[in-house]
Amino acid sequence: MSNINFNSLKTGPDSNGKFGIYGGRFVAETLMPLILEVESSYEKAVKDKFFIDELEKYRRDYIGRPSPLYLAERLTEHFGGAKIYLKRDELNHTGAHKINNVLGQILLAKKMGKNKIIAETGAGQHGVATATACALFGFECEVFMGAMDIERQKPNVQRMQLLGAKIYPVTSGTGTLKDAMNDALRYWVSNANTHFYIIGTAAGPHPYPKMVRDFQSVIGEEARSQILEKENRLPDALVACIGGGSNALGLFHPFLDDKEVEIFGVEAAGKGINSNLHAASLTAGSPGILHGNRTYLLQNEDGQITDAHSISAGLDYPGIGPEHSWLYDIGRIKYLSTTDEESLAAFELCSRLEGIIPALEPAHALHITGKLAAERKGQIIIMNMCGRGDKDLSSVLPLINKIS
Amino acid sequence: MNRIKKTFDDLKKSNKKGLGIFLTAGDPDFDTSLKIIENLPDNGVDFIEIGMPFSDPMADGPSIQLSSQRALKSGMSLKKSLLLVETFRKKNSHTPIILMGYFNPIYIFGKTKFINKCNEIGVDGLIVVDLPPEEDEELFIEAENKNLSCIRLVTPTTNKSRLEKILSNASGFVYYVSITGITGTQAPILENVSTNIKNIKSITDLPVVVGFGIRSPSQALAMANISDGVVIGSAVVDLINVSLDENANKSDTTINSCLNFITKVSKEIKHN
Ligand SMILES: Cc1ncc(COP(=O)(O)O)c(C=O)c1O
Repeated sequence: MSNINFNSLKTGPDSNGKFGIYGGRFVAETLMPLILEVESSYEKAVKDKFFIDELEKYRRDYIGRPSPLYLAERLTEHFGGAKIYLKRDELNHTGAHKINNVLGQILLAKKMGKNKIIAETGAGQHGVATATACALFGFECEVFMGAMDIERQKPNVQRMQLLGAKIYPVTSGTGTLKDAMNDALRYWVSNANTHFYIIGTAAGPHPYPKMVRDFQSVIGEEARSQILEKENRLPDALVACIGGGSNALGLFHPFLDDKEVEIFGVEAAGKGINSNLHAASLTAGSPGILHGNRTYLLQNEDGQITDAHSISAGLDYPGIGPEHSWLYDIGRIKYLSTTDEESLAAFELCSRLEGIIPALEPAHALHITGKLAAERKGQIIIMNMCGRGDKDLSSVLPLINKIS
Repeated sequence: MNRIKKTFDDLKKSNKKGLGIFLTAGDPDFDTSLKIIENLPDNGVDFIEIGMPFSDPMADGPSIQLSSQRALKSGMSLKKSLLLVETFRKKNSHTPIILMGYFNPIYIFGKTKFINKCNEIGVDGLIVVDLPPEEDEELFIEAENKNLSCIRLVTPTTNKSRLEKILSNASGFVYYVSITGITGTQAPILENVSTNIKNIKSITDLPVVVGFGIRSPSQALAMANISDGVVIGSAVVDLINVSLDENANKSDTTINSCLNFITKVSKEIKHN
C-alpha cells in the first residue's frame, strides 16, 4: 500500500496520507467528503499552469519573494565558528513565513468556489496572513484564537481586526493553539458545505500536512539555489524552529536527500524539559492521534492530551506535523530544544548585533544555531528567520528588563 | 446472543421505537454516573451509549465538552470507563452497551487489549468518532472479527458512493447524525433527515437511529416516527450540569432530574 520510495525521502505521504505510520485522516465522517475534495482539488491545482502562474505572481509581487539569504556577519563573529546565513522570511509581507502557505490555500479555495475562510492561530501570524489574503480576495475571514494568545499577541489581534477578520476567542483548555484548532475544526464541521479551512501548519488530516509543506517548500528551494550561488556548495547544517513544523519543513524538505546536509529542528523547552512546562512533543512525547493525524504528542498514560507551555505562542502546541514524526523515527533530522529564557537571550542578541528583531519562535532556532556554529568553524549553517518580533515586544520587554 | 440485534428485533415486533441515552462515564463522578446508568433500563431506555471522556472532543459541542472535563476531573480514565461497564453488566445482562469516544485513549490502551476487554466485560458496540472508514484497519476490522458491532456514522455530508462504502461494513445499527455539526448545537430539520434515512434504508436492513441534535420529548417523537430509534445526549448532560452544587459536585437532584426527563422522553416516543 505504501508508495514511499526509500531512495528518496521526499516522496511521502503515501496514498492514504501516511508518512510511515504517521499522518492519516482521523476525522469525523462529516468532514471526510470535504477533505477528500480538498485533496483531489489540490492534486489537480498543482498540475494546472494557471494556478501555478498565479501563485508565482503573488509570491513575487505581493509577498516579495524570493526572500534574501543573508550572511549574518556579526552573529557569525560573535559565535566564532561556522558562517551563519539567515533565510529572511521575516521580510515577507505580513512578517512571517505563514503567508506562503495562505496564498497557496486561498487560491485553492477560490478554485473550489469557496469564499468563506476559517483559520486557527497561535502567535497570530497565521491569522494575520489569512486575514490579509481574505482582504485581498474579498473573502469572509473567521479566526479562532486562544484567549491567552489574544492577550500576549495583541498587535496581531489589532491587525486582524483592521483587515476585517472576525476573531473568536477560545477559552476551552488552556486557551492556546491546541484549543483554537479544536474550535476551528468544530466550526468547520458545522459549516462543512460553505467554508474552507486554511490550516496554518503542516499538521491536521491528509492532505494538509503535504499541502502546507509543498507551499512552504519555496523557502528551501530558494535557499538551496541562493547558497549554491553564494558559496558554490550546499550548507553543512540547517536549523529551524518547530511549532507544528511548517517553516521547518519548508526549509528542510528540498534538502532531505542531500545526505551531507545535517538538519536540526528546534522545539520549545519552555521552563525545561523536566519541568512538564514545555512544548517538546518529539523530545518528550509519544505517538498518538489528535487533530486528524497520528503524530508525537504530549499526553498522559491514559491518552489524554496534556497542556503545552512556551513563552512563544507559535510554538505552544502539544503536537507536531506527522512528517516530522517520521523523519525523527528514521533519524534523518535531529530535534533539539530551547528554553524560554534561552530564547529571550537570543531575541535580544539578534536585535543588538544584526538590527533584526526576530520573532520569539525563530529566536528558539537562533539559540541552537549559535551553539552549533561555535563548534563548527569552516562550516556553513542556514537558519530560517521565519518571522519578525514586533508582535512580541509587549510580552518580551518586561522579561528582558528583568533578566538584564 | 447479540444484544443489539435482539433489542431492535423485539422493538420491531412490538411496533415500538428505541430510545438510547448518551452519558459520559464518570460524569460528575463514578458512583453517580453508575447509579444513573443502572436505572436507565427501568426508565424506558433500550440501549446505552457510554462516552469515554477525552481531553479534546473534536466532534462535541459545549455540553459534552464540559461533561468530559467533569469526568476527567473526577479521575476518570479509559480503564475506569471499562470498570463502569463491567459493574453495570453484573446486574444487567440484556441492555446493549455501546462505548463511544475518540481513538487516542484506545490507541494508547492498545487495540487488541481493548477489544478483548470489551468482549470480556460485555460491551456490544463501538462508536469511534474520529475513525472514518478510511482508517478501518486501526480498530474496526479486528473488532468486527471478534463480534463487536462497529456502529457507523452517516452524516448529511455523506454522498451516495460513500454511503454504500460505509454501509457495506456496518453492523449493529446505523447512526444517522441529524445535523451538519457537532453534538447538541442545532435542531435537525425533519424533512432532510427523513429523506436521508430513506436513502440509507434503501441500501441496508440494519436499524437506523438518529442523534446529535435531539433535545426535547417532542423532537424525539418526530425523529422516532421516521426512524428506528433516537439517541439523546447533550440534553441529559446539561441536566447533570445544572444540578451540580456550588463546588461542581452532584446534588440530591442530580440523579432524579436526569431520570425524570428520560422517563418523559420514553413515554412520548413509546406512547405509554
Ligand atoms: C514566526 C513564526 N514562526 C514559527 C511558527 C511556528 O509554526 P511552524 O512550526 O508551523 O512554522 C509560528 C506560528 O505561529 C510563527 O508565527
